[in-house]
Amino acid sequence: MAARTFTINDQLISAREGETILQAAREHGIFIPTLCYLDGVSPVGACRLCLVEIEGSRVLRPACVTPVVEEMVVRTNTERLREYRRMIIELLFAERNHICAVCVANGHCELQDLAIAVGMDHVRFDYAFPRCDVDISHPLFGIDHNRCVLCTRCVRVCDEVEGVHTWDVAGRGADARVITDMRQPWGESRTCTSCGKCVLACPTGAIFRRGATVGEMERDRNKIAYIVAAREQRW
Amino acid sequence: MKKLRLATIWLGGCSGCHMSFLDLDEWLFELAQHIDLVYSPLADVKEYPERVDVALVEGAVANEDNLHLIRQVRERTRLLVAFGDCAVTGNVTALRNPLGAPEALLRTIYVERAEIAGCIPHAPGIVPRLLNNVYPVHKVVPVDVYLPGCPPPAPRIRALLEQIIAGGEIRLTGREMIKFG
Repeated sequence: MAARTFTINDQLISAREGETILQAAREHGIFIPTLCYLDGVSPVGACRLCLVEIEGSRVLRPACVTPVVEEMVVRTNTERLREYRRMIIELLFAERNHICAVCVANGHCELQDLAIAVGMDHVRFDYAFPRCDVDISHPLFGIDHNRCVLCTRCVRVCDEVEGVHTWDVAGRGADARVITDMRQPWGESRTCTSCGKCVLACPTGAIFRRGATVGEMERDRNKIAYIVAAREQRW
Repeated sequence: MKKLRLATIWLGGCSGCHMSFLDLDEWLFELAQHIDLVYSPLADVKEYPERVDVALVEGAVANEDNLHLIRQVRERTRLLVAFGDCAVTGNVTALRNPLGAPEALLRTIYVERAEIAGCIPHAPGIVPRLLNNVYPVHKVVPVDVYLPGCPPPAPRIRALLEQIIAGGEIRLTGREMIKFG
């Protein structure tokens, strides 16, 4: 496979053809923040946190779905990008009810970690305080829409890895919600295999194991990539 | 050196941030050499004084008393610190916001769920009226410094106070200083 040479933040990078900017950056230890991206499932470029500047391009590009091109000049950490990333994180906090102090994921949350990484000490936007449901009809797991960031990791892992597609997204804009089957209670879903991959994939406290209380919801998100890698070697 | 005039305020919060402040333990003696505590729930002062240098404001703005006090604090204070998650985000105090205006909530809590002869507390001038929504402090008055945490751990409070005492620009970054929750 042909090699591609380009620069990220003035550093010369060599990557394989077809690799994304995000993959190449990570292989070289360059940090680009991500939220909807999850190793093992397809990237969707939805959260916009991995936006980077490419010289000659009028628009910003999501690093997770943009393939490297010979001699491209990429910047990942400009003043403009830092400000946009902080705005994105603030908007996510303002859009739902993320109460870290009483959240099952406190201390193990990717949204919380990102807030620290982008230097968010407060949210400049008005909080929406939407009324959101918590569904604990499933015997093992629960979904708290107060904490959901609509990253669709659960949707993708259920569809692509478990092969079931219990999860999907219904509604538009601020009314959008992840749903199970045809928006039935999770416990009444006839497709869910209770495999727990959505629980592993969730970046926040939205999908959790029942019985977990504040700060107890730890998970190993690398398991998804592990399962996929193991399967690819066997088949 | 002139001592800083320090105030601590308790709005709609659980007083956990003040407890964490007391967790500074023996460093409080060190702090006392640099500050005069001019107003605080920990001190018997009725009226918020003039010319306060630094105010640590715990809690969200949840009722009319909170609203009146925070406006007074802003007018009379040089450096206003949103002290802890309730002040910075609304946090637990704001959990009621998605449930709508407070009347229905009060009826549920004090009347419908009451075990004996429930009634909604009503004592004008003594029990302040709840605002329709709970607000983080910066939604009501300008805030100069944000110190997240539920509560902010004592070493985090100390790090901020040391920066304030030293003068110069205040910079709070990293997990030790700005993690919520």
